[in-house]
Amino acid sequence: MHIDWAALGSVFGVSLVVTVALVGLFTLGILGLSKRETATASGTSAALATTAAYACFAACAAAVAYGIYLIVA
Amino acid sequence: MENFSLILAVVVITALAFDFTNGFHDTANAMATTISTGAMKPKVAVAMSAVLNLVGAFLSIEVANTISKGLVDETGIRPEVIFAALVGAILWNLLTWLVGLPSSSSHALMGGLIGATIASAGTGAVHGDVLVTKVLIPAVAAPLVAGIAAMIAARLTYTIGKNAHDKATSKGYRAGQITSAGLVSLAHGTNDAQKTMGIITLALVAGGALAPDSDPPVWVILSAGLAIALGTYLGGWRIIRTMGKGLTDLQPQQGFAAQTSAATVILASSHLGFSLSTTHSVSGAVMGAGLGRKGGVVRWSTATRMFVAWGLTLPAAALVGAGAEWVTSFGSWGTALVAVFLVASSAAIWLASRREVVDHTNVNDTDEPAGVVTTAVAAVTPPPVGTLTDDLPATVPDHAPAETPAKPPATAL
Repeated sequence: MHIDWAALGSVFGVSLVVTVALVGLFTLGILGLSKRETATASGTSAALATTAAYACFAACAAAVAYGIYLIVA
Repeated sequence: MENFSLILAVVVITALAFDFTNGFHDTANAMATTISTGAMKPKVAVAMSAVLNLVGAFLSIEVANTISKGLVDETGIRPEVIFAALVGAILWNLLTWLVGLPSSSSHALMGGLIGATIASAGTGAVHGDVLVTKVLIPAVAAPLVAGIAAMIAARLTYTIGKNAHDKATSKGYRAGQITSAGLVSLAHGTNDAQKTMGIITLALVAGGALAPDSDPPVWVILSAGLAIALGTYLGGWRIIRTMGKGLTDLQPQQGFAAQTSAATVILASSHLGFSLSTTHSVSGAVMGAGLGRKGGVVRWSTATRMFVAWGLTLPAAALVGAGAEWVTSFGSWGTALVAVFLVASSAAIWLASRREVVDHTNVNDTDEPAGVVTTAVAAVTPPPVGTLTDDLPATVPDHAPAETPAKPPATAL
């Protein structure tokens, strides 16, 4: 019997890293938007936080696009 | 298609019926977390999942011939064997739906196929090592992988996001959950609708209506996609309730972590050559996310019932499949008898489900809105365990799912 431990291991590794990275990035994005809300409320600018937030969301969107590509291909 | 015999027509219809049960059994995989956290309205969620399943069915036909490949010896397989396999798989899907437990439709199908093949051609026709590598190990690995990833991700998102404001968080996690649930739906359509296409194609080849090594005809792709989408839209609300509310209380952060982990595991596993069950991954991810919040609880009694169902899926479907194949071997009247049995038991299970209806209006009703109090209450009062763990082993060996209506409706979660 041949059990492909290497494939199982890489599924585990990739899933763990990608999930944690995506959820982390997404949460950072939410945090950035939340900073912007605070800034707007107090009348200050939060350009940096906003930009960073959108960069995070863009990275997540890219991951989703890659996911769809994997499904279609 | 001139020799499209009656038995072939029966097999095709049964395969589509299986596809339908597959759809409503697995709606929970994509949408349970979204529905239970309130990210989407129940009806909207299942509609979106249905559309994505349908789209997924058309995306590729690569998986379509892999369901039986390697697991059983396809040479000389008769349409009756496939019919018997489908009967086992459908009945197991309906039974687990009645008691509201998520279980793998693929395992049910493989179990039915194995049982029917053994009854028809003996144990030599089943490859035991493939059984271990494709069924047993993934069944253990999937919830572990998805659960650990979801747990760490949930911890992380609570830690990073603890200073974020409510408005940004609720909007953000909502969008995140919907996106990952959409990915799971799409992946489900490509995988599971294609399994049915593969089965129908296999039957058409076995019955001589199609040349060997053919691609599935367009009508097969279309009908399989529609059957799974319809099943998804009707929604297995009982299973959604168990997955979204029964296993643990999910907050949006956890729902997002769980669904993202599940989507990643499903995609990673199917593209790194170690396929893991969608149902097992999602259940594991939900439990992992449940443990990832401070004070979060997993209801192990519900989880245990689910694990028992997972363990029984393959042997139970195999037993029914073997019994059905044995009866069909008596000739046309045997096949007719099995068909009548299938319709009668399905009707009986459906009638039993009407005693305590679970639908989109009460799918989230098991608890008050998740909160500190609910969590504390949930920690001290386990949900009703019901009689499942006691009853299932007793009903399965004499493969008479028709007996289930006699069970008290208390098991419906």
